[in-house]
Amino acid sequence: MSTTAEAVQQTQADSGRKVHLIIERQDHPESEPYWEEFEVPYRPGMNVIACLMEIQRNPVNKKGEPVAPVTWEMNCLEEVCGACTMVINNKPRQACSALVDKLQQPIRIRPMRTFPVVRDLVVDRSRMFEALKRIKAWIPIDGTYDLGPGPRMSSEEQQIAYELSRCFTCGACVEACPNVNDKTSFIGPFAISQARLFNMHPTGKMNKEERLQALMGEGGIFECGNAQNCVEVCPKGIPLTTSIAVMNREVTYRAIGAWLRK
Amino acid sequence: MAVAQAAQHNREFLWRRLHTLSGVIPVGLFLLEHLFTNATALGGAAAFNEAVQAIQSLPLLHVIEFVFIFLPIAYHGVFGLYVAFVSGYNANRYSFGRNVMFVLQRVTGIITFVFIIFHLWTTRFSGNAPSFDMVHELVTNNAYFAFMIVGVIAATFHFSNGLWSFAIHWGITVGRRAQRITAWVTMIIFVALAAVGVASLIAFRMNV
Repeated sequence: MSTTAEAVQQTQADSGRKVHLIIERQDHPESEPYWEEFEVPYRPGMNVIACLMEIQRNPVNKKGEPVAPVTWEMNCLEEVCGACTMVINNKPRQACSALVDKLQQPIRIRPMRTFPVVRDLVVDRSRMFEALKRIKAWIPIDGTYDLGPGPRMSSEEQQIAYELSRCFTCGACVEACPNVNDKTSFIGPFAISQARLFNMHPTGKMNKEERLQALMGEGGIFECGNAQNCVEVCPKGIPLTTSIAVMNREVTYRAIGAWLRK
Repeated sequence: MAVAQAAQHNREFLWRRLHTLSGVIPVGLFLLEHLFTNATALGGAAAFNEAVQAIQSLPLLHVIEFVFIFLPIAYHGVFGLYVAFVSGYNANRYSFGRNVMFVLQRVTGIITFVFIIFHLWTTRFSGNAPSFDMVHELVTNNAYFAFMIVGVIAATFHFSNGLWSFAIHWGITVGRRAQRITAWVTMIIFVALAAVGVASLIAFRMNV
């Protein structure tokens, strides 16, 4: 659009255009889910969040019936917090970076059912926090005296660590993984990658054994069946399957080593 | 105490690792041996009977059979059914290539499990002495022949794709490129082994 006239023309063409949404809704954690269709006015460059806000502003479904507005979570609106992750057109992704212009319509939106659904698109992702606690995804530096600066990290390791550190616990990998289900207690791909990240850190290495032990324990790395959906859906392109293989190697060494040292 | 607890804690890890290991050693090795023994049928009935005779003359054959073949297959098969049962299946929603392979690995595993039981029942435990004629008799039946073809393809796929997965489970292939190349290599292995198996079956049926 080089001139104002063209811009006006474009705006006129867009007015009256609608975005068709089909949303899987659920009123309570225990109630049955149901599909509801919505049509919201199109605006150039709008994302799925903008559509949901439009529904919030005017909570009327496609049939014209007034309904309770669709509930969802959001925070940063720039794909770094992970709060607005939902399944959009069969792909778990962030609603904020899901641009309507790039999506096929009708846009089908579902909550990530791997997690307990709280309401509509809001899910309870506390299992991810529990998984991070289990693998000790932190570096203990608190003490009664100054521990001084830790050892340095090589720049190659920094590069890898940076990639891994971009995980924002959005849950896309957990949603797509077939082995995170009712029959297993698998901690999920992201947690294995985080164990790798903290085991790489020169100070984090001091708790390496504990993290490996957690990966060999209940719901650990052996639950992975190499379906590799995680790496396909990760919005940050984190090499999750490489992390899993790296940690597989570490636990293999540890298992054999532990047995030979006894 | 802590060590005992840790061992208890790691039990499932060890069972799982034993499962992936047993699939390659010795079950996978036995599959290769079995396919190549059968392939001697391509050289005619006499060649096959000679190969069978060589195996029959091994010392402690029953012990070898039980410890290195029967027990590992039984463990790999039964534990594998459990693995297939606790796996989730979402290839309908997430139809990525590897996810489809994940499903196929489990489906071919179950087919192979049923196939092996039927195969053992009609050959090893049929009461007949192993010979070219005995196999020829069996595969002349069209339904049996078709079942054998399906079984051979399922077993060779399960083994080849399992090698790919084994390499990741044991931390051998780590990077994306290594895993992609291994995927191609294992699929070539699958085609080659399936071809050997099917060619042998045809040779048994044709009786050339």
